[in-house]
Amino acid sequence: MRRILSENGWVIGLAAMLALLLIFTKMIQPQFGLSGLDSLSRAVLPFAFATAAMAVVVIAGGIDLSVASMMAVTSVTAALLMQGAGDVAAAGVVVFVLLLGLAMGALNGALIVVTRVPDIVVTLSMLFVWEGVALLVLNAPGGAAAGWLKAMIVGGVTIPGVPDGMTAWLPRSTLFMALVIGAIWLPIRRSRLGLSIYAIGSDANAAFRSGVPVARTRIAAYAICGLLSACGGLSLTFSTGIGEPIPGPYLLASVAGVVLGGVVLGGGRGGLLGPIIAVVILRLVRLDLTLLAVDPNVTTIIEGTIMVVVVMLGGLLAAKGRH
Amino acid sequence: MAKQDSPAPILDASGVSKTFGAVIALRDASLRIDAGEIVALMGANGAGKSTFVKILTGALRPDSGHVRIRGRDTNVASPSQARKSGLVPVYQEPSLIPDLDVADNLTLGSTPKEPFRHWVSELGIADLRLDAKIGQLPLATLRILDLARALATEPDVLLLDEMTAALPTNLVERVLRVVRQQATSGRAVIYISHRFSEIAELCDRASVLRDGVTVGDLPIGPAVEDQIVELMLGAKLAPNRKREVVAADVAAPGSMPRLKVRGLGDGAKLGNVSFDLHPGEVLGVVGLEGQGQDELFDILAGFRPAKAGSFEIDGRPATFRDPADAIAAGVTLVPGDRANALFMDRSVQENIAVPLLARLRHWGPIPMRAQTRRVNDAIERLQIETRAQGEVRRLSGGNQQKVTIARWIAKGVQTLLLFDPTRGIDVRTKRQIYALVRDLADQGAAVLFYTSELNEVRLACDRAVVIFGGRVVDVIDAAEADDQTLMRAAYGLTEDADESVPA
Repeated sequence: MRRILSENGWVIGLAAMLALLLIFTKMIQPQFGLSGLDSLSRAVLPFAFATAAMAVVVIAGGIDLSVASMMAVTSVTAALLMQGAGDVAAAGVVVFVLLLGLAMGALNGALIVVTRVPDIVVTLSMLFVWEGVALLVLNAPGGAAAGWLKAMIVGGVTIPGVPDGMTAWLPRSTLFMALVIGAIWLPIRRSRLGLSIYAIGSDANAAFRSGVPVARTRIAAYAICGLLSACGGLSLTFSTGIGEPIPGPYLLASVAGVVLGGVVLGGGRGGLLGPIIAVVILRLVRLDLTLLAVDPNVTTIIEGTIMVVVVMLGGLLAAKGRH
Repeated sequence: MAKQDSPAPILDASGVSKTFGAVIALRDASLRIDAGEIVALMGANGAGKSTFVKILTGALRPDSGHVRIRGRDTNVASPSQARKSGLVPVYQEPSLIPDLDVADNLTLGSTPKEPFRHWVSELGIADLRLDAKIGQLPLATLRILDLARALATEPDVLLLDEMTAALPTNLVERVLRVVRQQATSGRAVIYISHRFSEIAELCDRASVLRDGVTVGDLPIGPAVEDQIVELMLGAKLAPNRKREVVAADVAAPGSMPRLKVRGLGDGAKLGNVSFDLHPGEVLGVVGLEGQGQDELFDILAGFRPAKAGSFEIDGRPATFRDPADAIAAGVTLVPGDRANALFMDRSVQENIAVPLLARLRHWGPIPMRAQTRRVNDAIERLQIETRAQGEVRRLSGGNQQKVTIARWIAKGVQTLLLFDPTRGIDVRTKRQIYALVRDLADQGAAVLFYTSELNEVRLACDRAVVIFGGRVVDVIDAAEADDQTLMRAAYGLTEDADESVPA
């Protein structure tokens, strides 16, 4: 028990922080209720996917600066293809876009492995490449999203046969996020691929000597990042009903979420839950500051300060725990 | 060669060569091992031993030659393939993933768990938890886990690189016993070690590399140490030098020492080092790789704290918290890797000037004229080729090294720590560096000179301390310091009987 606590201390701490923030939000804004929770959750959705995508490559010892651009490419591709398409065709589009994300990520990884150019340079270049591609696909916001896909992330959860009161407090978008990320990450986490991703991030040389195929694992990590970015792009299209070719502010937010979420830059440590909770916290802080009518410019200063202070406190606590 | 007639050796490597650019690392290396044999792979620094090991384990591909295991050509392209072909290495630094626990590491390398547990307890670690994080285990335990992991896969050939280096004595005994059992049950073992006592106790044969060529393969017998040292050096051994008592040597020439080191240790590699370094003296330090010389120089230069012992400078006890403290006390290090000392993208002048300006209170305007004079003096004195002076990166290695020394001359040096300053440098520049070191000593500087080239002791030093296993095992006057004497000492062969070398 103490072991579980100490190993997941960071995540538990973040969850507690999130709970306190929710209570605080309720205090300053008594009307904050189900609809508030629902819109918060929907707003967080693309951030959460971007953060999960970034977390995977950071755990593998890399970084991917093209996350937001890949989200834009997948968002506009989905919106364009769904325009005028039927429900069944829309499902086909979703599968196609997910594969597209996987392929874009794999290309990022393959370029890093083959060219031996540092990951930060390769993915910075790809940020521009994917940005251009997104504008070529759709040069202004447009397209459409199938109605049933929108319905998946709007409103509270309803299960036939169960009274609404028991499930409606849980936003559908939260459930959607948990199911999708769980379905992608949990099988990987429990496989040799997952171990290998942690291994190359922790010590690439030792991993090589242990027989881990380092290059292939790295490509796989970037491919998973691409897949999760595609989920983020899709969620954008679902929630707004259109495709947006200009990348949103997801890149830096995802790095912030990863750092605050207990994933060590450099790799090998952390998981996906921490970064996702962290990015929710960052969005909620922003919401609260808006509710308090704080100057938006001051808001970013406060966000930055929170990040440094939390990461520093975490480092101090970890150092204390070791002695 | 000893066993030409044996029918099918388990491992048969022959004619292996490898070049890196213009450097020939291996010309013609070979190694044959039969079932049940333990063979020591020997070679002095730079003989090509580590390149050969990397080729055997699949980390490098040979340019020519072949490596066969049980008659099959192993076209090894990666460690995982070498593993499948039956050769499993245990490297000096553990190859376990620090952020994963033991069980995950086993899964990752496809190691069966039960045999692993068996070997771990056989090797003397009783209470290992499989959910312990690798990063939190001590080094000695990790080396044992690495060995147990290798044993659990039941390899045909086991390659052990300095297996006993970081282990306490009780674990060493266990390891040697287990390795012996492995050979008895029909496996082949390649054993790499600096410790002659272990080789004599454990190995059947020794295969010796010199300048990238396998020059000898001899059975281990009485007095084989001298033969091996001869083969490694390619020269006949003079009769043993009579040894004096170390303690007397340490206290040599009179007067107050500039640097007085007593019982210095870092708790791991460096055990207990004492010596005196006098003004005007060049004191050589000789040791095989990893005998504690890196730690010794790091501590003296303020890069890391000492865990045991103390040192005095001009009779005053010194503790350095960081390199700036050491520099303030007149102790400066020229590190082994020039890239660690130079600002490669900046000019020769700037590089030399930085230590002059480094202290915070010198912030503000730079006294340009005085600085230029001192810098130019240093450049002239060292005969630094200044045609490519815009960027130090574009200088030759020799000229770069001269810049690292020049900067401390410009500052005015009292105690200079040189760590292998002539590595990879042409002969002419080497001579200039020796002359410069002597010059500095004549002007009253005290110089500690670690070298990996034994003949430099005669060329540049007054005396040399020899360290082995983190301790000073001998102090030799430069006049007596021929290669054979130094090599024997560096391998711990002149040590007192407490290490129990069977003679």
